[in-house]
This record gives sequence, C-alpha cells and structure tokens, in this order.
Amino acid sequence: MGSFIFKRSLQSVFSLLVLIVLVFFLARMTGSPADLYLPQDASAEIRHQFNEQFGFNDPLYVQFGHFLWGLLHFDMGQSLQFSRPAVDVVLQAFPTTLTLAAITMPLVILVSVITGSLAAFRPGGVFDRLASFISLIGASTPNFWVAIVGVLVFAVTLRVLPTSGTGTPLHWILPVAVLMLRPTGVLVQVVRTSMMTALSSAYIKTARAKGVGSRAIVFVHALRNALLPVITVASDQAAGIVNGAVIVETVFGFPGIGKLMIDSVMLRDFAVIQAAVLVTALAVFVINIIVDITYALVDPRIRYS
Amino acid sequence: MHSSIHASGTAEMAAPVSLTVQPTGSSGGFKEILGLLWQDKVATVSAALLVIVLACVLLGPWLLADQARAVNLMARNAPPFSISKGWMFFLGADALGRSLLARIVVASQNTIVIAASAVLLSMMIGGILGLVAGYKGGWVSALLLRLADAIMSFPSMLLAVIVLFVFDPGITNVILVLAVSRIPIFLRTVRAEVLEIKERMFVTAARAMGARTDRILLRHIAPMVLPTVINLAALEIAFVMLVESGLSFLGIGIQPPEVTWGLMVADGRNYLGSAWWLAFWPGVAIMLVTMALNLLSNWLRVVTDPVERWRLQTSVGRHD
Amino acid sequence: MTDQPLLEIKNLSISFPSRRGVVHAVDDVSWSVKPGETLAILGESGSGKSVSASAVLDLVDAPPAVISSGQILYRGRDLLKVPRDERQAINGRKISMIFQDPLAALNPVYPIGWQVAETLRVHGVDSKTAHARAIELLHKVGIDDPERRARQYPHQFSGGQRQRIMIASAIALEPDLLIADEPTSALDVTVQAQVLDLLKSLQAENGMGLVLITHDLGVVEKVADRVVVMQNGRVVETGAARAIMTSPSHPYTRKLLDAMPGRHGFETQAVASETRRTILEVQDVSRIYGVQPGKAKDAGPKAIRAVDNANFVLRSGETLGIVGESGSGKSTLARMLLGLEPPTSGTIRFDGKDMNGMSASEAFKVRRRMQFVFQDPTASLNPRMTIGQIVSEPWAIHAGVLPKKEWRGRVIELLERVGLKPDHIDRHPHQFSGGQRQRIAIARALALQPEVIVCDEAVSALDVSVQAQVIDLLKTLRRDFGLSYIFIAHDLALVRDFATSVIVMYRGQIVEQGPTTNIYTAPRHDYTKRLLAASEVHLPDAA
Repeated sequence: MGSFIFKRSLQSVFSLLVLIVLVFFLARMTGSPADLYLPQDASAEIRHQFNEQFGFNDPLYVQFGHFLWGLLHFDMGQSLQFSRPAVDVVLQAFPTTLTLAAITMPLVILVSVITGSLAAFRPGGVFDRLASFISLIGASTPNFWVAIVGVLVFAVTLRVLPTSGTGTPLHWILPVAVLMLRPTGVLVQVVRTSMMTALSSAYIKTARAKGVGSRAIVFVHALRNALLPVITVASDQAAGIVNGAVIVETVFGFPGIGKLMIDSVMLRDFAVIQAAVLVTALAVFVINIIVDITYALVDPRIRYS
Repeated sequence: MHSSIHASGTAEMAAPVSLTVQPTGSSGGFKEILGLLWQDKVATVSAALLVIVLACVLLGPWLLADQARAVNLMARNAPPFSISKGWMFFLGADALGRSLLARIVVASQNTIVIAASAVLLSMMIGGILGLVAGYKGGWVSALLLRLADAIMSFPSMLLAVIVLFVFDPGITNVILVLAVSRIPIFLRTVRAEVLEIKERMFVTAARAMGARTDRILLRHIAPMVLPTVINLAALEIAFVMLVESGLSFLGIGIQPPEVTWGLMVADGRNYLGSAWWLAFWPGVAIMLVTMALNLLSNWLRVVTDPVERWRLQTSVGRHD
Repeated sequence: MTDQPLLEIKNLSISFPSRRGVVHAVDDVSWSVKPGETLAILGESGSGKSVSASAVLDLVDAPPAVISSGQILYRGRDLLKVPRDERQAINGRKISMIFQDPLAALNPVYPIGWQVAETLRVHGVDSKTAHARAIELLHKVGIDDPERRARQYPHQFSGGQRQRIMIASAIALEPDLLIADEPTSALDVTVQAQVLDLLKSLQAENGMGLVLITHDLGVVEKVADRVVVMQNGRVVETGAARAIMTSPSHPYTRKLLDAMPGRHGFETQAVASETRRTILEVQDVSRIYGVQPGKAKDAGPKAIRAVDNANFVLRSGETLGIVGESGSGKSTLARMLLGLEPPTSGTIRFDGKDMNGMSASEAFKVRRRMQFVFQDPTASLNPRMTIGQIVSEPWAIHAGVLPKKEWRGRVIELLERVGLKPDHIDRHPHQFSGGQRQRIAIARALALQPEVIVCDEAVSALDVSVQAQVIDLLKTLRRDFGLSYIFIAHDLALVRDFATSVIVMYRGQIVEQGPTTNIYTAPRHDYTKRLLAASEVHLPDAA
C-alpha cells in the first residue's frame, strides 16, 4: 500500500512538471503586461524599466529558471494587479472555493448514493423512472442558465435569497444548489448502474438465502461493492470544483480561485496564474491520494495486492 | 435479477439459448435498427428531436438567416406564446425585435458543429492513442497516460481562456481547445477497454492462428471498442455543448455577430427582470439536446451489442 | 427417518414472460425430501433444475417470474402463502442453500468470519456469541487456524476452502434442510470428493435433509438416496438412486447414462507405434514466471514454476492426454506449444525444428500445421463476427491457402462436417448453444487442414451428453484426417476413452506418463492414484 502511494506520487510529480512548463509558457503567450499596466503613451524607457523590474526583459529560458528557483524557495513572485506576493493572493481566494467543494461534494454523494441505491433496488419501478428522469435533467442543464434562472426566481422575484456575495449562510444556498446539480445527476446514474450490477451478484443470493433483510442487502452487501466506480466519478467531480467553479463564482460574485485565475489571465498577472494552477494541482493531488486510500479501505482485494 | 430488458436499463450477462427460437434473418440492416428504435419510445422521441435539430443545423441558416437578423422595433422584447405577430414570434423576440425562434434555429448550427467537431477530433486522436497505449503497454502507455493526466489536471476553463485570449476566439480555435481538453477521456476509456479485450480468448485464438498485430487491432479489438466509443462520444457531445455555452456565457467563447445558444443565454442575462424568455429558451434548447443525446446513447449501448440486440429481439433467456 | 416429508413441492409451475411468449422454466414439477435423506435433482443446463429449489428460499425474482401454480410445503405449511418477513426468518435458520461458485457467492469485501457469523446475527444471536460460534464452525468444516483466518477475505482462500466456508455459514443454525446447487462443479476432482464427504458427515450428525442439484452422475452415484431427473423444465423420472442408475426407464435418463465415459467399458486406443513419425518433441521445457527466457538459473525460491522440466513426444496419429487439476501447469504447457508464450528454458521441436529458434516466417508456417480448440467456446469466438467470418479467418490470415471466392463453399462443407447446418453461416456465436459453439471452433481448427490440434479443456464447459457428442466428433475426425491431438483435461474418465497415451501433471511437473491402459490399470505415482480414486465411479454394468 505504501509503495503504491509512493508510485502514484512519482507519477503525479511528472504530471505536475508538465503542468508547470505548460502554464509558464502558455501564460507568457498572452502578451506583455507592460501594455496593460503602463499608460498608453509611456515612454520606451519607462517600459524598459518596468520590464526590468519584473524580469520580463530576460530571455524566456532565464525567466523559467528564475521561476523554478523561486519555486524551490516557496517564492512564486509578485502579483502585478495586487502588488502582493502571488501566493498570498491565491491562498486568500482558495478557501472560498475549497469551502464550496467541501459543502457540495458530501451533499452530492449523500443524495446520489441514497437515490441511486433505491432506484436500483426495483429497476423499472416508479421511483426508478422518476429518479432517472430527474437525474437526467440535472445532468443536462447548463449550470449558468440554472444560476441566472435561480437568481431571477429566488432573488429577484421572490426576494428570499441574496443575489451575490458570501456574507451569510443564506448566500451559499443558491451557489451550492447550482453546483450540485450536474454532479448529482451524473452520480445518481453511476450509483444506479453500479448497484444493479452488485445486486445481481451471486453473493446477494447467498445473503437472501441466509435470511438477510432487504435494507441490509442493499446498504451492507451491495453498496460497498458498488462504491469503487462511484468514488472514481465523485473524485473527478471534486477535482473539477477545486479547479475553480468559474461560472458559479462569476454569477454569484464569489471571490474564489476560478474567478481569480480568469481575471489574472485577462490582466496578464503571470505570477498569480502560476501560483493558482500549482496550488489547485496540489489540492487535486491530495484528493487523488485520498481516493487511493479509500479504494483500499473499501476493497480488501486492492489492500492485499 | 431477471429484470425485463428495457433498453435504458442494464441487462445482465446473456445466457446461452438453444436454437429453439429461430432469429429472423441476419443481423445488421437499417430497417432492423429502426424497428428496434420504435420499440423504445423514449429513444424514439430522442432520435426524432435530434433529427429535427440536425435539420435546423443543415437548413436553418439557409432558410431563416434573414428573419434572425431582421430588426423589428415594433416587436422589441415581444413576449412569448403570442401568435399575433406570426408563428415566428411564438417564443418572443429580443431587444432588437428579432425573432427568438429564428435565432435559436440559426444558432443551432454553430452550437452543434462546434460540439460535434470537437468530439470527433478528440475521439479520433484519443481513440488511436488509446488503442496504441492499451495494446503496446510499456513506456509508450506510461508516457501517454502521464500527458493525459497533465491535461486533465489543468483547469480546463483556464486553458480555454488562455488559448482563446492569445488566439482569436473563432470557431476553429474553440473547436481545437475543446478537442484537446477531451482527448484524455477517450484515451483512458479506449486504453482500459483494450487492456481487457486483448486478454480475451478470441484474441488469443487469433494470435495462435498467426494473425498480425494490425489484424488483431483492426478486426478483433477495434470493433469491440467502437460501441463504447460511440456511446461515450454521444455523452461527450452533450458535455462539450455545455462547456462551450459556458465559455460563450463568460464572453471568452464565440464572439458576436456569430451566435450560439450559450451566447444567447449570456445576452439575455441583462434582460432577466424584464424579458426572461431571452435567456430561457436557448437554455431549454441546450437542455433538450443534451437530454436527447444522453438517452440515445443509453439506447445505443444496448443495441450495438449483438448479444444484447438479440435479447431485445427475442427476449428469451435461459432460466436455470 | 420418518415417513413425513420435510419439504414437499407439489405441481409447481414457474414461468418467465418474454416478448415471444411465456417460457416455462418449471412445468408441473413435484418432488419431496425427508429428514436425513439426500435427494439429487439431476439435469443439464436449461433443464430448470435450480429454479424449483430457488423458489423454496424465495430467490426467484417475481416479477418477472410468475409462480403460476403449485405448493411448496415445508412441514406441511405452504411457503408460498407465508408472508415475506416470516420466510426471511425461515431462510438460513430452517432451510439454507449453498451455490456453485463459492468465490462469487461470498461477498468479496467482508471477512469470512463476519460472513459466517452473519447467518447467526440476522437470526438474533448477539454478535460476540456469533463470532465465537463462527470460529467453531470454521474449525468444524476443516479450516485450519480459524481465529486468524476468520479475519481474511474470500480471495485469500482456495476454491475448496471457500466452499467449506459457504457450508459453515449454511449449517450455522443447524437447519432442517440444506439445498446445494452444484456445490462441487467448480472444484477440482480430489477436492470435490472432500466436499461431498464433508456434506455427508454433517448430514449424518444433524440428520438434515439434503437436496443436491447437479449435472454430474458421479455425484449422484456417490451420495444420493433418491433422484429426480429433469429435462426442459419437467420431471421425467423419479426414483431410488440405485434403481435409476441401473435401470433407467426414461429415454433421456438412458441417454445421460450412456453419455458417461466408461459406461460401456473403455475402448482401448491403439498405442502409437514407435516407428511413426515424431511431430512434436518437448525437451526439458520449463516456464518460470518472473524470470527472463533463457535465464532459468536466476530463478529464486520465490519464482513460480508453472511448468517444470517437461519431456514428451507426440507422434503422428497419436492422441496425447494431459491430465491435471487447476494450477498444475497443463494450460501453460498448451500456451507454449501454440507459441503464445516462450519457454523459460528447454526446446520444443515441431517436425524436428526448434520452434524458439525459428524465423518469423517459419513460425508462421508451423501455425498452419498446428491448430487449437480452447475451453470456453463462448470466449474464443469473436462475438461480433459471423460464423462464416470466424471459420474463414485462418484463410484470411494465411493468404494463398484458398482463393477468396471458394471460402463460402468450403465453410459450408466444414460446418456440415462438424454437424452444423449450412444456413448457420451468417449467424453470430451467441445464437448457438455451448456444444454448437465448440463445433464452430473445431470447424475453424480444421480450416487449414492441420496435423495437430491442441484441445485445452475443450469439452469441460459442456453438458455431459454434449461432451460425448463432441468427443465422438473428434474421434471421427481423427480417423478421417489422421489428426494428432493433444487433449488437455481434468476429467480422467474422458481421457481414458479417447487418448492413446496419458501424461499426469501435478504442480508443474509431469509425475507420470505412459500408454493409457498402463496409467489406469497400474498407476505408480501417489497423485495419480488419488486422482483415480476421487473420480472412480462404481457402475454396475448396464448389461
């Protein structure tokens, strides 16, 4: 198990390196920050001075070298737009996104597992049809559209919820609901399919022959066997949110990492882009490790191989 | 569990059936597929909807481009469900008095073409790479997988924003960005399938007969992977459509005067309080097409499997 | 033994609705079992032999299955009229059941001790007592070191041990009746005997009734008091085991008995004369996993020796039987002969040439002369190809053997040769029964007119009567085409009837080899003797 996690970490380090190279050069393709941060009529000398100050005059490979050297010292450079260390800017925005993910994903998993399991228990039954239909709608609806329709109905028309901001718990209801929609729709279908496979297994017959009741058959015998694909899909979804719930953050004015990244691209704030991508990549890496450990906890065949 | 075999459900392993039931004719055949489609009403409705959308994609701009552009100040923000201004205004009109129905029909072209081409591209590249990675294994497979990981861990919105910021956000570039970001999905899926299929007995049998690698890949493995890939492609078109409309919504996708459903929702956002229908109908269009693609892909998964298809036709299982 | 039946099934009919009408899985079936009695329900796949027993434990899904008529009387009470929760209370406590494939039937994610104790817990025993009792039960069914092993998971046990665990869980509450659905079919012959012995001894101890569902006449002969023979959902014959085995009255029962290898004594196969041409020569061949080919000396103590120093020859017209249990290395040997994996050391010569040292084109030519039939006909035929494409594939691979326009005609000839119909050519494999599929695989093997066919467990997955038909076909082909076979099997009786000489493999090694008659009449190695004893069938001659 330990060596398995070590191997996975090595693989992730490789991916992380590719990512660093990618983000460094891609960011610099967006153009010169000097055009944005200096007045249109700034003299060539002032431009030169600006570029010199932030190291943009060096050849790209030298800049990359500086960037790597800084990384080794946990220094990711200065943010142009905020005139503060880029790491600070990122670490200020990240908790909002993390909190969104931390509220959304457990709810998604809870709702999906219960709904999907009950649907799989009687395939073709009324509950199954209803759950399949609703989950399909959830998976098929564009979330920005739900977001603005939600704002229209609950904030503008009914005036029961605020339109944007993060002040009170009320502010979180709409964003979390919108964010849950598609992951839940997808996950219900995954749970249902996976549970149906598990419920048609021979060991379920054994349990019934022993006299085990329906509830224990579904939630003790079948569910644990059906969990592996569910964990995989759920972790992908969690990674998606951690990478920035751009649309929800934009519509609801949440100062999260996704919005920060997009704004930083627009403002050619390279240091912040790099820091943001790195921090989210590390978070996704942690999620993957947690998933690997969960696999092993759920299935002894993985633990002992 | 002997559930009745419903196309949208998961059917259990087929049981061998003695030849007491004679299947009619050979398999394949367009007519037969249509017959099977007719048996599943949900799939029929989905297919019909997609055919209509396809007609809009092909003929819409040609038939309705003028109506979609015609500014009609009399009809500014005309509400829906009124036919007093003619059927063209049944869904209402936008702030310039342009028919929403006509605009949705015309916008279908960009929306669908972008999603479909992006998926087609990533399907072909990802599929071939996955085939190679799965069959060859070794360092080739490891390298491809790590690259896929890197693409997957790159926030896809950010990638799109950077690329579309650098290059002009025209249709081709949007397609390319979306295609690249979906290649890993196809690569991984195909590779996983190939890993499983290449261990099957009939592949071993072909090897024992002396079949070359190209024959094994093309005749034995690819046809087994194809249904999964087609099924995935249908789901991916739906997903990419959602992503593309998200990009347009954020203003970094397709730019006006080109129009997509996502862009229409974004435009309508400013009139939410006064004319909700501007943002509402294009959203409904996205949702319906996505749903139809999902439902049809479920159905496809069942019928593209000859064993499953045969069960649909006869529904006789062994009950031992 | 009292005369009052413990369980009585009366005129039970169960049907499954389908688009093309109703399938009668069980049609007007009646049987009964008394305390302490062993009833065997005998039938082939599709006979409905499991369905009526499953109905006793409410394991038939309804809907879609419809129990249209009949009664299931347990101690005189009709279970079909008992409410569901009460039946749950009967399941596992009064009546329990074990299944064919113990790996699938045990939940892979829970420790086996927990699973055995579960039977006790669901019927009201507190979990501490249940756990202690589970360990006792595991000990009783012959699991060593039960305290430690109770914490392990199903995949850490062998097939025989898993079935013992299943039995421990089924007898936990000393039920009146145990239904065993093909309890030994997935196990090796020597293990089969042990599991049957265990069931019999538990029965002697508890006096429970035993219903044994099986396709294996050997099992019936060994343990059954009475037999119910089923075919196509109906009971065709009922009676005392001995009476049915000696004088079957129904033609189907007679057919089943006739299909048993050795029922009419064994044909003696001619021993290949030494002067015949040697086709295949295997010399000091080993296959060690985890070691590079040619570096057998590097193998540490942990290396797995799948095949260890095998030596034998196959002469023209000979049929060489290779017998062994799962894990004996017989299939690895077959894979090496077919060039699917290289030997770690040693040489395999085909027609005098070392197969390992051959050029690619030479090796390609050898493949034409040596064909194969694998165990699972479902898996070895590509499900997406038509029968025509499958049988003609060898010609597509070996270009120039047969012009393309003659393929169809030749495929039809081959299909007829193996007993199939010409109009089967455009169908897909799933439209055929297991036996028919194996005939298709044989037709494909014949396409290139090979000299040798390697059959790896080619009939093991088939029903008894179908096995006999396929063996007959192989015999006819041997006579007509002068074929040589390497016939790999775990069934000794089958090989005896068919092979000219036999190799016995045990844990990677050839422990005994020689002409068939010698091996069976005068086995020398201990393992051969055990194998023979386990599969021995004492059939009174049917005269």
